[in-house]
Amino acid sequence: MRRPIRSFTVLLLVLAFVLAACQRAQPTPTSAPAAQPSPTPAAAASPTPAAQPTPQAQVTKPTDPIGVLEIKPGEPIVLAWMLTVSGGTAQLGEDSKRGIEIAIEDLGGELLGHKIELVGEDSGCNPEGGQAAATRLAANPRIVAIIGSSCSSEARVGAPIIDQAGLVMVSPSNTAPDLTDPAKHVEGYLRVAHNDKVQGRVAAEFVVNKLGLKRVATIHDGSLYAEQLANVFAENVQKLGGTVVAQEAVSPEDTDMRPVLTRIATQQPELIYYPIFNPAGSYITLQAKEISGLENVKLMSADGLLEPQTVQNAGQAAVGLYLSGPDLTVLGPKYQEFVQKYQQKYGTKPVAGFHAHAYDATMMIVEAIKKVAVQAPDGTLYIPRKALRDALYQTKNFPGLTGNLTCDQYGDCADPKIAVYEVFSTDTTGWPDSAIRKIYP
Amino acid sequence: MIVRAARRAIFIGLVAGIAAWHLSLVGLIPAFAQRRLVGDTLTFSYALLIALLALAAFATGRRYPGAAQRIPWGILSALVSSLMLFLLALLVTHLNLRQILLNATPELARVLTFGGGASGAGLVRLLLIGLLAGLFAGGLSALPRPWGRVIVSAALMTLLLGLLRDVLGPLLPQVVTSFLYGTAGLSLAGAVVTFLLAAVLFTLRWSLRANAVTARATAAVPATVRQPVIQALLLLILASVPLWAGLFLSNVADFVGFYILMGLGLNLVLGFAGLLDLGYVAFFAVGAYTMAVLTSPEVGQRFTLDFWVALPIAVVTTVLAGLLVGLPVLRMRGDYLAIATLGFGEIVRLLVLSDWLKPYLGGAQGVTRIARPSIASWRIDSPQEFYLLVLISCLFAWFLSVRLRDSRLGRSWFAIREDEHVAQAMGINRVTVKLSAFAIGASFGGLSGALFASLVGSVVPASFSLLVSINVVALLVLGGMGSLPGVVVGALALVGLPELLREFQEYRLLVYGIVLIAMMLFRPAGLLPERIHRRELEEAVEEAREIAPAEIATGRG
Amino acid sequence: MTIAAPRRFTGGRRIDISQLIVWAIGGILLAIVLLGSILTLRAGHYTAAQWRDFVVFGIAQGAIYALIALGYTMVYGVLRMINFAHGEVFMSGAMTTFFLADYLNRSGFLKAHPWISLVAMLLFSGLVSMTVAVLVERIAYRPLRGAPRLVPLITAVGASFFLQYTFRGLFGSGVRAYPAIPVLQGKLWVFQKTQVAVFIGVLITLALLVLFLQRTRAGLAIRAVAEDREAAALMGVDVDRAIVTTFAVGGFMAGIAGVLYALVFVQVQFFMGFLPGIKAFTAAVLGGIGNLPGAAVGGLVLGVIESIGPSLFFDGYGIRAAHQLKDVIAFTILVLILIFRPTGLLGERLGGEERV
Repeated sequence: MRRPIRSFTVLLLVLAFVLAACQRAQPTPTSAPAAQPSPTPAAAASPTPAAQPTPQAQVTKPTDPIGVLEIKPGEPIVLAWMLTVSGGTAQLGEDSKRGIEIAIEDLGGELLGHKIELVGEDSGCNPEGGQAAATRLAANPRIVAIIGSSCSSEARVGAPIIDQAGLVMVSPSNTAPDLTDPAKHVEGYLRVAHNDKVQGRVAAEFVVNKLGLKRVATIHDGSLYAEQLANVFAENVQKLGGTVVAQEAVSPEDTDMRPVLTRIATQQPELIYYPIFNPAGSYITLQAKEISGLENVKLMSADGLLEPQTVQNAGQAAVGLYLSGPDLTVLGPKYQEFVQKYQQKYGTKPVAGFHAHAYDATMMIVEAIKKVAVQAPDGTLYIPRKALRDALYQTKNFPGLTGNLTCDQYGDCADPKIAVYEVFSTDTTGWPDSAIRKIYP
Repeated sequence: MIVRAARRAIFIGLVAGIAAWHLSLVGLIPAFAQRRLVGDTLTFSYALLIALLALAAFATGRRYPGAAQRIPWGILSALVSSLMLFLLALLVTHLNLRQILLNATPELARVLTFGGGASGAGLVRLLLIGLLAGLFAGGLSALPRPWGRVIVSAALMTLLLGLLRDVLGPLLPQVVTSFLYGTAGLSLAGAVVTFLLAAVLFTLRWSLRANAVTARATAAVPATVRQPVIQALLLLILASVPLWAGLFLSNVADFVGFYILMGLGLNLVLGFAGLLDLGYVAFFAVGAYTMAVLTSPEVGQRFTLDFWVALPIAVVTTVLAGLLVGLPVLRMRGDYLAIATLGFGEIVRLLVLSDWLKPYLGGAQGVTRIARPSIASWRIDSPQEFYLLVLISCLFAWFLSVRLRDSRLGRSWFAIREDEHVAQAMGINRVTVKLSAFAIGASFGGLSGALFASLVGSVVPASFSLLVSINVVALLVLGGMGSLPGVVVGALALVGLPELLREFQEYRLLVYGIVLIAMMLFRPAGLLPERIHRRELEEAVEEAREIAPAEIATGRG
Repeated sequence: MTIAAPRRFTGGRRIDISQLIVWAIGGILLAIVLLGSILTLRAGHYTAAQWRDFVVFGIAQGAIYALIALGYTMVYGVLRMINFAHGEVFMSGAMTTFFLADYLNRSGFLKAHPWISLVAMLLFSGLVSMTVAVLVERIAYRPLRGAPRLVPLITAVGASFFLQYTFRGLFGSGVRAYPAIPVLQGKLWVFQKTQVAVFIGVLITLALLVLFLQRTRAGLAIRAVAEDREAAALMGVDVDRAIVTTFAVGGFMAGIAGVLYALVFVQVQFFMGFLPGIKAFTAAVLGGIGNLPGAAVGGLVLGVIESIGPSLFFDGYGIRAAHQLKDVIAFTILVLILIFRPTGLLGERLGGEERV
């Protein structure tokens, strides 16, 4: 009696397998091959001039190679954020998130007759967090577009996942060159933050030309952003006639930086460049001067440490620290208005460097949605996904808070303005002006 | 007598109050104060607070036989808890502790007093609700046998349904969804209907069990027929998942599958052979990284292999790793074995993280562009399709585990688990038996890792931390060590459920910790333990409890 | 309880082969380390001053490990269980005392009376950690005494998570920085003043601990229970109270270690207890679990090896970023000790006599 039942079971299983395989129930988004560069901007599915949202009243749903998102009347348009909002880097992500929230507020909380709903995932500023957050967001079919990620290491792993799922993401603060490198770029990824090729160059020029220093050492923390920025910096220093005496690495969780610093000390650098994040950055700031041989070394970091926590945690040791980052002093009256709103809503001035970028990213996405969305007579909104991507890539001279944004074919949209600041006081109550001041250019 | 009873009631009330304080200040209660479960008023936080009050009353009333005593003492307990809530609300409103305790905000005060604020109105509200909760709990326990349980189970089911709205919504037909669910949680009508349905179901279940006639009827069908039929049905259900589960659910199912595979592997090592391995993640990592290194074009090889070629290589490599881990720990006893294996797990993680091995293993940023499997021209792309692969692997591992359990090797493992020296005296070769446990157990982990790497498409060192090892041990313990269905239950509970309740992500590990402690305190044998194992474990714990009071009795110094 | 059965009972030639393989691996590792050290010293990148700095820092860090390790070892001696939550006990003191330190700093008291402030912080941290340790024992461990080994282990892991995320929820996930104590800034001869303070602090605490265990009744009770619980109970020792005292004392020391840690590393966070907890446990095993001087020695040895190890062993090979392998060295030492000398450097001493 047993054997026939068992073989029947196996047969059933095989049948089920075959059924399921042939069925391929949901039309899964065709995977965009990860290594291909983004295609030249093609005509959008429903071409309408950028300024006015005049969705054509089509009776049938538009078609799109990736898929079409259907938003029924009464349902919200879902935007998502993928930022680091916990741990040592929380200020960076929280700051960007606030930029998004202000943008949505400025839009009145709605777009094309649908409410805007904001969801999000914490990406932790590391590859694992990026992977987890991207996987979760990719599994949510209601999301139209994502603003994120905060850290380049998250995007390296997360962007392919987002891309494969047919979604699109615009990053407010990823700066690693690799992410828009022609050989590695994925179609579903753009950014409004500067490419670190610019930041590294400006930092090198500052160190060699303005400070007149010749011997530098770099420390990165294994993340994509830090490693690449340190490399760009080193290359540019060498081009300008300086010497890179040491290139070291630490881990974001390291608490004891002494072995690394001691090794660097053996090479007698004049400046240590460590474009990493908190809390590792503050450990270096605190411990560097204690190493014999480094008593007089100058310290410099980048936009990853451009937050009050850097000065709060390192205290007196942070005075004299140089920080490069987005130049927020040249951004004009619209930015000042934004800062006012930020202060009113959250009780403090902006705490990191990329809030305006996040605002711009949101507005850019909204603009693209307006361009490609199709409104059916019954009130249903159709958003074709590939067309949305194409519309984003077609962004030209978009007037954002951070400048005029124009996207190139590899996803770089920024209008980069980099400055170098110096920490002159440990008083962070009036950040940034009470603690740091711009000294270059 | 009365004084003692009162003291007890007050004490339990205080404990419940402190638990409420903890959950409030940690942020769980304020964070979900807006999360509606039923209608527009019953939010998650309110439900939690009411549950705490009711629990206090229930715990107090339990010892008394009659309702006449249960209800008043229960109410006293609940009232004490209510007062504690009010006290916290007062403190939070009048003292500014926000710089220290992030969640000590005025909003918290409002939630704690059920909207009344830290005022007389709030106090009245709280006391009233405490009274009602006490009455409810007392009343429930006063009801004849099954009804109390049925009502509580049905209520829990209803609340759970409210929580899972985002998951179940897309699955159920539109009509059902719009009836059941309002904007954020269950609608009032939906809640009532769910509650009644669940109550009916639970009552049925209970009566079927208790009723002699139906029990005999089910026993009449011989096990030889019943078993395979049940199995076939289960298989059918499992295999059909890709048809109805969306993207998100398939992903969750895939991850549950990975942990089931790992659980089955660790089950051989820990459940059968009794070897306390706290570094199981090492095998998972070896499998994943082997797959990554062999199939990704990123890491300095001149060749990349196909998924199907890389998969067996990954498993074989992991088996070797299992032998490598097993050799040094052959002669270690319990605790030390645990620590040594924990060390191995960390060493593997640190090595794949290091810059030194970066050219081969990708370093801190990991390896991306790992191959996906393809059969002829069909590339397995989506989580739904991948699910079938995972399912087949799990079934295979299950089958192997069952065979091993009933085999000579399995018996040797059990013997080693019970008493190693006696087993040796009986002629069992400790070395080969232990090594085979490690090797075969590792192979499952390696398979799981390889599949994981392929599904996600990338591997990063942080995914292979101690937490994974602990997860696998915990799910084994939760389900019952040595028990195969227990592994599935454990994985569903510890991996599946948190993924479904994603909004609680931030408090997940807090709840995890509480669940582990609670499990060990109340059900150390697990949820679905092997019968023998449960008996042993409970005897051991019983024995220990008898010794402890004796110590106290004799030693007062 | 035997740890390693004598060779003649293991029977069969197969065992010898596996033993040989293990010994071979151990030998290879030793050779690698020696060769690396020789290469590094020959290359001469580091000055003597820098080696000295490494060693001094290693001693300071090791001293902190030692304090935490003492807690582990005492609990193991008395209960035969690994208290995984001990790292979190350490963290709880450090994190909670931050607020006291911050308050003292902002009110100016810290600048005016630095020594009093420091003592206050140490005591406060000790008390907080002590409370946490005792609570954990009472709620999670006491009901499970005598249960099979795995059960308290899982409970301890659960308690560890619970504490971590409780503190994360209470105080936030961000990183806090202790204010700088003016008197302890700068160098004293060649040592950092903070490191000197740590070392002195640990010495004082150790001395007090030894006094407590040897000269007081409570200490006597603890030693008795560690040696033989049933006999102690029969002799009239209140076993429960002795166990609670063990946890309390261990917790208190962990709290002190927390503030000392904050002196050196400044930044504290909810997750800070995890790694020091594991390291401290390694130190306890290294020195001989259940053996108090062993824990102290183990801590120091581990701290120093961690500090100079990566540079000394691996620099000579030209391995990039060798310090990332610092923890690999620590764990490898752990595994090697467990294989070759499970009783630890100073032997496993439970209560008073050496038991091998």
